[in-house]
Amino acid sequence: MAKNAANREIPLSLPGFENIKPFEGAFENTPLVRRDKGVRNVPKLNKLIDTVEQAVIKAGLEDGMTISFHHHFRNGDYILNMVLDVISNLGIKNLTLASSSLTAAHTPLIEHIKNGVVTQIYTSGLRGELGEFISNGNMENPVLIHSHGGRARNIETGTIKIDVAFLGVPSSDVYGNSNGYTGKSACGSLGYAKVDAEFAEKVVLITDFLVEYPNTPFSIHQDQVDYIVKVDSVGDPEGISTGATRMTKNPRDLLIARNAAEVVFASGYFEDGFSIQTGSGGASLATTKHLREEMIKRGIKASFALGGITSQMVKLHEEGLIRRLLDTQSFDLDAVKSIGNNRYHTEISASYYANPLNKGCAVNKLNVVILSALEIDTEFNVNVITGSDGVLRGASGGHSDTAVGSGLSIIVAPLIRGRTATVVDKVQTIITPGETVDVLVTDRGIAVNPRRKDILNRLKATALPLYTIEELKEKAQRVAGTPETIEFEEKIVALIEYRDGTIIDVIRQVKS
Amino acid sequence: MEKLRRTMLYVPGNNAGMVKDAHIYRSDSVMFDLEDSVSINEKDSARLLIFNALRTLDYEGIETVVRINGLDTPFGLDDIKAMVRARPDIIRIPKADSADDIKEVEAIIEAEEKLAGLESGSIKLMAAIEGPLGVINAYSIATASKRLVGIALGAEDYVTNMKTKRYADGMEILFARSQIVTAARAAGIYALDTVYSDINNEEGFINEVKLIKQLGFDGKSVISPRQITPVHRIYTPEQKEIDFALRVIEAIHEAEEHGSGVISLDGKMVDKPIVDRAERVLAMAKASGIMVHEDDI
Repeated sequence: MAKNAANREIPLSLPGFENIKPFEGAFENTPLVRRDKGVRNVPKLNKLIDTVEQAVIKAGLEDGMTISFHHHFRNGDYILNMVLDVISNLGIKNLTLASSSLTAAHTPLIEHIKNGVVTQIYTSGLRGELGEFISNGNMENPVLIHSHGGRARNIETGTIKIDVAFLGVPSSDVYGNSNGYTGKSACGSLGYAKVDAEFAEKVVLITDFLVEYPNTPFSIHQDQVDYIVKVDSVGDPEGISTGATRMTKNPRDLLIARNAAEVVFASGYFEDGFSIQTGSGGASLATTKHLREEMIKRGIKASFALGGITSQMVKLHEEGLIRRLLDTQSFDLDAVKSIGNNRYHTEISASYYANPLNKGCAVNKLNVVILSALEIDTEFNVNVITGSDGVLRGASGGHSDTAVGSGLSIIVAPLIRGRTATVVDKVQTIITPGETVDVLVTDRGIAVNPRRKDILNRLKATALPLYTIEELKEKAQRVAGTPETIEFEEKIVALIEYRDGTIIDVIRQVKS
Repeated sequence: MEKLRRTMLYVPGNNAGMVKDAHIYRSDSVMFDLEDSVSINEKDSARLLIFNALRTLDYEGIETVVRINGLDTPFGLDDIKAMVRARPDIIRIPKADSADDIKEVEAIIEAEEKLAGLESGSIKLMAAIEGPLGVINAYSIATASKRLVGIALGAEDYVTNMKTKRYADGMEILFARSQIVTAARAAGIYALDTVYSDINNEEGFINEVKLIKQLGFDGKSVISPRQITPVHRIYTPEQKEIDFALRVIEAIHEAEEHGSGVISLDGKMVDKPIVDRAERVLAMAKASGIMVHEDDI
């Protein structure tokens, strides 16, 4: 027996309750509950910290820890560079950077690799000068390239343990309820950041738009958030989202789009209640236009569209042709507005989207996905990460997740891009294994993976220009020739992780 | 089956990227231009590019046409010499005003074919009529050579010569169109309409295509791949036309089986114009990608 803080005799142990802890006072064990209860005219409790520097210190960031960021601000992101500059000034080194992806905005990261602040990187993509820097072998540890679903799996299973997540948000209240569709830096869905907010040890929000409590509906919520920093700007709106994604006028893209749409129509998957995901490339977007016309003509509707949501998808949703939108990333301003306005345009996390080890991800419910490719080989393996010079210039994204999850995965690409063939004997880097790719649609013909005899038979009943993938490769090589093999050093600069956590390929240092 | 020439896609002869992909949009013909779209200082390189493209690339059965420079320019003769050896299907003569313009080109082709050891007559000709004199002489132009497969209207020069300009309703070129299509029909060759240059005005383009189809033109020159599908769509027969055509063919088969010389359908006699029209409708339908299962009939 012991007397507790409320002056009651409390036993310390009873059968079934061997470790009873007596009450110690209302505030003793809950540090976040305000102690000024009952006192009038004091500032409301908040988690605001004056500067990023103080937030880094309060979050307890130390040498060797793992920090994370999201890439919803795309090319307009200020957050990653801002935080790393602060960390660098604090003299913290040897960090693992677990960003959902890295964009052209992140060239300054090179300096922080050089000065030893960042010594390990996990990301979906690498581009621009940063991509070249990595490809030239300037980092000791290889980069791990993961898919969007693979990252969510890594974080949820603890393979990537985030110590501090620095999450830029377009709006937040003082307690951490935040969303992506209000404020001048609106980016729409915060799908990638939701995973970090849920699993990181410490969560620091950085926003340029503080709103009245409670900021509902919210994407990241108060029970996940440790600190909030208000800054002047989290990103450049121009780089965060373009207006409506314009429909391409490029005749080649339009041709590919029409063929891709015809494949969908003939595939057997195009029926009432079907579901679809398209990429943001010209041909992909233009396919949506043909889908719309045919859906109206045949009187069918889609149950949902998934993934990166575009203005085209929003338009179809608002016309009632697509009943639900599941959005892990909003590609343009129309999608950003829609996620705020449309009841059935639902934000989803990257885990809900594509984590292969959770209890059910959305890609598994997907009927048709239309994806792009830098290269595809005669085994249907797809490369979306390394260019024709072997340098990192792309992103794994949801490519392999949707290819395997969907019933019908269609790759759209010109047969010849610039002066090089898109269809090759062996792709430089495998992101998506050929066994998960069903159809290749090019401007000069269509090839069906022989594994999909059902699709092949259906397409044979149409006037579509069908070839084997070997025939397409030969057509391409007849015009473009065969490029000389790229030479690489021995050093491995990046590991390509398949969505299940296994390594499907490696990228080597390019010979200078 | 009669060759379809609904669309002839203009491709500037100095644009290697477009030249290599000219056929992928499935126009009925592609026309590599050495004339107006190529500046003076690129005439040689364009000629060389088209020569090599035709000798090297596989255009997968799409008809190839080369528009040469006129013989009144320093480039026309070299164009003909090179193209006879490059073997496009058709050489298109610009600004034809009289039958002599055709005969002159024909004579040079004839001679060059001999020099190159090629079979005589394998390269066909097409002529563009681009001025009032050519319009007046349309029939004599259309009958000037056995090689000539079609005549086309080039309206831009024509309206300038006529002291007018292009209008949306096309009244200013109605006479020229009518004269050319009539001359072509009288000569038994193809009639092709002029270009529509405002590629972003889809509605205006569609109206014009409907008009020229109504006048009896076989097709139209197009300047963007985006113009191909609308033309093909308008020239695609409607299902009821296809159904009727299939029944006409069926009636012919039945008559043949019974050794009957007279063909009748629904109690009416089917004469040659109806059979010709039926065959044309089916050819158009097939070319438009509509599956016509003649086995079913």
